[in-house]
Amino acid sequence: MSNAATQQSQTQNHREASPIVEVDSLVKRYGDFAAVKGISFNVKQGEIFGFLGPNGAGKTTTISMLATLLAPTAGKATIAGYDIESQRAEVRRSIGIVFQEPSLDDSLTAYENMDFHAVLYQIPRAERRKRIMRMLEMVQLDDRANEIVERFSGGMKRRLEIARGLLHTPRLLFLDEPTTGLDPQTRRYTWDYILRLREEENITIFLTTHYMEEAEFADRIVIMDHGEIVALNTPEGLKSQVGGDIITIATETPNADAQRIQEQFNIETVADAAKGEVRFEVKDAASFIPQFVREYDGNIQRLNMHRPTLDDVFLKLTGRSIRDSELDSKDVNRARLRQMRRIRRR
Amino acid sequence: MSHNLAAIYTIWKREMLRWWRDKPRIIGSMTFPVIFLFVFGSGLSGSMGNLAGGASIQPPPGVEVDFKQFIFPGIVGMNLFFAAIFSGISVVFDREFGILKEVLVAPINRSAIAFGKTLGGATVATLQGTLVFIFAPVAGIEISLPLFLALWPMMFLTAFALTAMGVTIASRMRSTEGFQVINQFITFPMIFLSGAFFPLTNLPAWMEFIVKINPASYAVDLLRRVVLSFQNLPDFIMDNLSRFGLGMEVFGKPLTVWGDVLIVLTFGLIMVGIGMYLFNLRD
Repeated sequence: MSNAATQQSQTQNHREASPIVEVDSLVKRYGDFAAVKGISFNVKQGEIFGFLGPNGAGKTTTISMLATLLAPTAGKATIAGYDIESQRAEVRRSIGIVFQEPSLDDSLTAYENMDFHAVLYQIPRAERRKRIMRMLEMVQLDDRANEIVERFSGGMKRRLEIARGLLHTPRLLFLDEPTTGLDPQTRRYTWDYILRLREEENITIFLTTHYMEEAEFADRIVIMDHGEIVALNTPEGLKSQVGGDIITIATETPNADAQRIQEQFNIETVADAAKGEVRFEVKDAASFIPQFVREYDGNIQRLNMHRPTLDDVFLKLTGRSIRDSELDSKDVNRARLRQMRRIRRR
Repeated sequence: MSHNLAAIYTIWKREMLRWWRDKPRIIGSMTFPVIFLFVFGSGLSGSMGNLAGGASIQPPPGVEVDFKQFIFPGIVGMNLFFAAIFSGISVVFDREFGILKEVLVAPINRSAIAFGKTLGGATVATLQGTLVFIFAPVAGIEISLPLFLALWPMMFLTAFALTAMGVTIASRMRSTEGFQVINQFITFPMIFLSGAFFPLTNLPAWMEFIVKINPASYAVDLLRRVVLSFQNLPDFIMDNLSRFGLGMEVFGKPLTVWGDVLIVLTFGLIMVGIGMYLFNLRD
């Protein structure tokens, strides 16, 4: 007995040292459309790891492969040391997952949904009730345990799903766009829960999102675009890639101003003719702006400065903002749907 | 293994809870039997009259079978079919509402999922079929405990085979849009060409052929044979069911209850096999 315990703690120690997720050149293709184009990364024990990118970037596809729901076309990945192809049952036992789309049974009560999950994950009968109530308590739904889920609000359903995802004490929790479709206040509450969770359960969280603000909660972020990883760093590290503060000026002649500013101050500028804007980065905007206003005699209508955000990073790396990508990602999704239909017909 | 059994049980239990809580579905499922029994049953029994009359052999005087007695087991079968196929196809709804994903990502065998779903659907369908017996007195059908004890296993077998067929159809369906199409092109033809509603005498050759290859025909025949055998019908009728169009014949020989069981069971096993195979395929 004590022998087994030591052995267990030893493997635990061993595991803590090694990454909980190891991904090596993972590929998913649908016909000739590659949703994920050979990505590699590691997730460390206990961190919040974020996947940031527009819809259609391949985030959900990646999670689905790691969660053993989709078979990879090529590449390898392990979770908690288990191979996602050859050791699926072990992988599944090690992970909890909150899907992007709701996945509760609306006609069952909160407790019944939890109990259903508990049986599927082989939680011993003796522990079931206690664990379910503890998890419901944690997301403050214990007083509504016997209510039919249909009557729950969007935020309550999300909390219930998070509680359910943790019921079988997974080592890794996948949150696929956990706050999409929630109002800002509920979104903040949901995040309070997630952060508390991480404290109390000492769990690794793997998150996908297309909200910049949400990605800021992560310890490390992967920026994904068109099925590829374009950057992997801490939020601060990513932002420091931008090089400083960002200044945007509004003008009627963006191209001409961009040229002049570039020459006069020896900094790289980007003109956005459509918006009538010129953007550039400086090391220290607070001291640069007074000098700029004093020395520059172009016709500036408005001047705006902000600290770099992850959107600026995305813009710098891909040449598009995430919001703009959202628009064309709809076309990508449509193309992918068509593609998948074609495959099914074969 | 034992955890797969527990999973099968909990998936079965979920089907039962959903059914029990969906009262409109239970009540709604009774509309078809009412229509068929009262409109067709009552309306046609006048003109069809005594089914024993028009047969190829003459029964002794005073021996008769009411059309309503004939059609009643068919209506039980119809309700059973609808419920079973619907339950099977509800896999598509589970997929649409995301519940299927939650189940698929759990550390259990996919075959266990399909099996639990099929068992649940079969139980629901058996209950739905049993509910039709509320109208038994109207059809002149006598009910008794022995009747149910004999009938339930047969109903469950039939329901299991058809739910498995529903799961098989649904396992490769990605949207609920095709649901109506399935109903119109599979469920309805299967029921209407099963001998549930008309005696199988003097059919056109093409129809006779379809009836013979339709597995549902044997399921209806099975239910009818069991129900009629508890109705104190004269031996002359029971011995010659197929001569009156009340029972199926295969290659000119009347079928027996066990013949029907064998055919339905074989069909069910094939469907369960295909269903589980398709369910096990990953994208």
